[in-house]
Amino acid sequence: MSNKQSGSIFEFIEKNSLLLGVSIFVLITIGGIVEVVPSFTQNARPITGLKPYSALELAGRQIYIRESCNACHSQLIRPFKAETDRYGAYSLSGEYAYDRPFLWGSRRTGPDLHRVGNYRTTDWHEAHFKNARQVSPGSNMPNFPWFFEDSVDVGTVHAELVTVRDVFGVPYDQGENPKSGNTLEETHQLIIEEAGAVVEQMKDQSIKDAYAQGDVKDIVAIIAYLNRMK
Amino acid sequence: MAQTQSFTDYDYSVAKGFVISALFWGVFGMSVGLTLAFELVFPELNADLPWLSFNRLRPLHTNAVIFGFTLSGVFAAWYYISQRVLKVRMVLPALAKTHLALFNLLLVLGAFTLLDGQSSSKEYHEMPWWLDIVIVVMWLMWGAHMFAMLGARREKTLYVSIWYFMACFLGVGMLFLFNGLAIPTWFVTNTGNWWHSVSMYAGTNDAQVQWWFGHNAVAFVLTVPIVAISYYFIPKQANQPIYSYRLSLWSFWGLIFVYLWAGPHHMMYSTIPDWVQTLGMVFSLVLIIPSWGSMINLLLTMSGRWEQLKTDPIAKLLVIGSTFYGFATLEGPVQAIKSVNAIAHFTDWIIGHVHNGALGWVGFTIMGAIFHMVPRMYNTRLYSVRLAENQFWIQTLGIVFYFTSMWVAGVTQGSMWRTTDQFGNLAYSFLDTVRAMVPYWSLRAVGGTLYLLGFWMFIFNIWMTIRQARTQQGAEVPAEVPVTAKAA
Repeated sequence: MSNKQSGSIFEFIEKNSLLLGVSIFVLITIGGIVEVVPSFTQNARPITGLKPYSALELAGRQIYIRESCNACHSQLIRPFKAETDRYGAYSLSGEYAYDRPFLWGSRRTGPDLHRVGNYRTTDWHEAHFKNARQVSPGSNMPNFPWFFEDSVDVGTVHAELVTVRDVFGVPYDQGENPKSGNTLEETHQLIIEEAGAVVEQMKDQSIKDAYAQGDVKDIVAIIAYLNRMK
Repeated sequence: MAQTQSFTDYDYSVAKGFVISALFWGVFGMSVGLTLAFELVFPELNADLPWLSFNRLRPLHTNAVIFGFTLSGVFAAWYYISQRVLKVRMVLPALAKTHLALFNLLLVLGAFTLLDGQSSSKEYHEMPWWLDIVIVVMWLMWGAHMFAMLGARREKTLYVSIWYFMACFLGVGMLFLFNGLAIPTWFVTNTGNWWHSVSMYAGTNDAQVQWWFGHNAVAFVLTVPIVAISYYFIPKQANQPIYSYRLSLWSFWGLIFVYLWAGPHHMMYSTIPDWVQTLGMVFSLVLIIPSWGSMINLLLTMSGRWEQLKTDPIAKLLVIGSTFYGFATLEGPVQAIKSVNAIAHFTDWIIGHVHNGALGWVGFTIMGAIFHMVPRMYNTRLYSVRLAENQFWIQTLGIVFYFTSMWVAGVTQGSMWRTTDQFGNLAYSFLDTVRAMVPYWSLRAVGGTLYLLGFWMFIFNIWMTIRQARTQQGAEVPAEVPVTAKAA
């Protein structure tokens, strides 16, 4: 190190490791405090009429996260005409109030999904998850045959539902809002009740047969979640 | 400096371990990345299997490369450099060895959990909460070792690399802790998967905390400690001191202050407040100054020694690495300008930018550092300078393929998404824009193949160097080695 005469304060700091560490720490905290903290409470408020995720939708959301769908699909429509023409109304902060975690994504290898429920149907999703290229020639989306075999993980859905209700005060069971189960069995019943409407629209007989036995497959949940995205 | 004799008595056991770990996670992470590149062109490669699907491999790729490869390189450099600039033999060897073992164990566990779909979905922070705890323990082990070394040091003045290593430890620690806050659902209800958790923050808040983390993970994992590495190995390789002490001082304090303000450029035109977006853009542009301060300082350290680049592939890797740093830190701020971001965001141009940094800056710098360290740690010569030379050119060509194809791909797709016909309607379906990407994705896969090929050459070269050292044991020490001894 040359040029020793410059900056006597720095010369002092760089000889005292603890002081150097504290100085670094103080300096790196400032940006986050200024930018993240001020709008925290405002950002957390739900938009009027926003409903919490129902048990089945929450199951679908867990599948979406498990499969990292957000690696290729955004859930954020930016306020440009080209985007609102393609995907629908631009996204508002209050629409995300129950999203833990947020799922905006960072790369659109596939299209945005924030309002996919407005323009895709249950049977479209069913066929597309089975074989994406048959429905959309030239698509490079993977197929998800295991969605048709695996059953919804009721326990984890129940656990998340109760956690967001009790810890974060998500308003289940109020007015028109979806119901939450107090027990695992209640949540299971909620999932079965809600799944009926989706299963009815589907073509795959094995899904219908399983449903008749009280077994809800992952494909039903992920479609229920996508249908809700409006 | 009177006790020069004792200073040469270093303990390299842990640094050697982290070198091997960098080789392994490097080739693993890059191979997964290359698989992803080919899957985009040939979706049949997903093979209808969960653990081969693009969606599950993508977080595995980013984690293996960012944390597996990069941090291994950083830790290897720490356990090598710290002894030399602090003038003390590695303290607490048992702690350091546990650090090495735990680091690799958690990466193996992380790989399995990600393939299993145990993801938090937060980019570069996908690992489940129980692994987050292991990560914190591993990180504190490194911190404990760092401060123990600082306490035991015999050189009072801390070299600039040490400042950057300290900033890495403190920065990553702070960011990781706050972004990882979550409630494990099993503890609330005693049902469901025990590894599942719910984020402490919701929606826009969650996004803001995540990109405060995500952006600065780039800062404090892929920039700050790599600058530390460059500040040590470039002067060593050139065998002359840093160009300017004053420049290193101002670019350090400038960088660590400004970096934390630039995160909002990941959320332009999103639902975060407008003033935060603007502030993020302005600070992204300001960030050019300290970044280029470091780059210029590192490059000018070669002043009067430029002819070394003709014959020394290690100097080449380090110098081109820093050049890519300058390139990436100009490209990033340009993408942060709101009107540019409107086109660039969500496209492959961002992927190209990341890889300029990851392949050019981080990859070249770490490989250059390992090339420098291994012959000195094993008391031998590099197995083949010629092989390293060829590796350098093959990988450079690979990077050029990578970023040129991603530039064109990003700008093309970003423009196609907003192109309208004469009636003002959108001209292309989304699928049209996907099909248009195939040639660029193919070229990118070629670039990735070249880079990975070069990495295999690197592994072979290092492997043969170590083997050569083993067979030489007991024989005479080769004449080239004292170059280091003199400079240390």
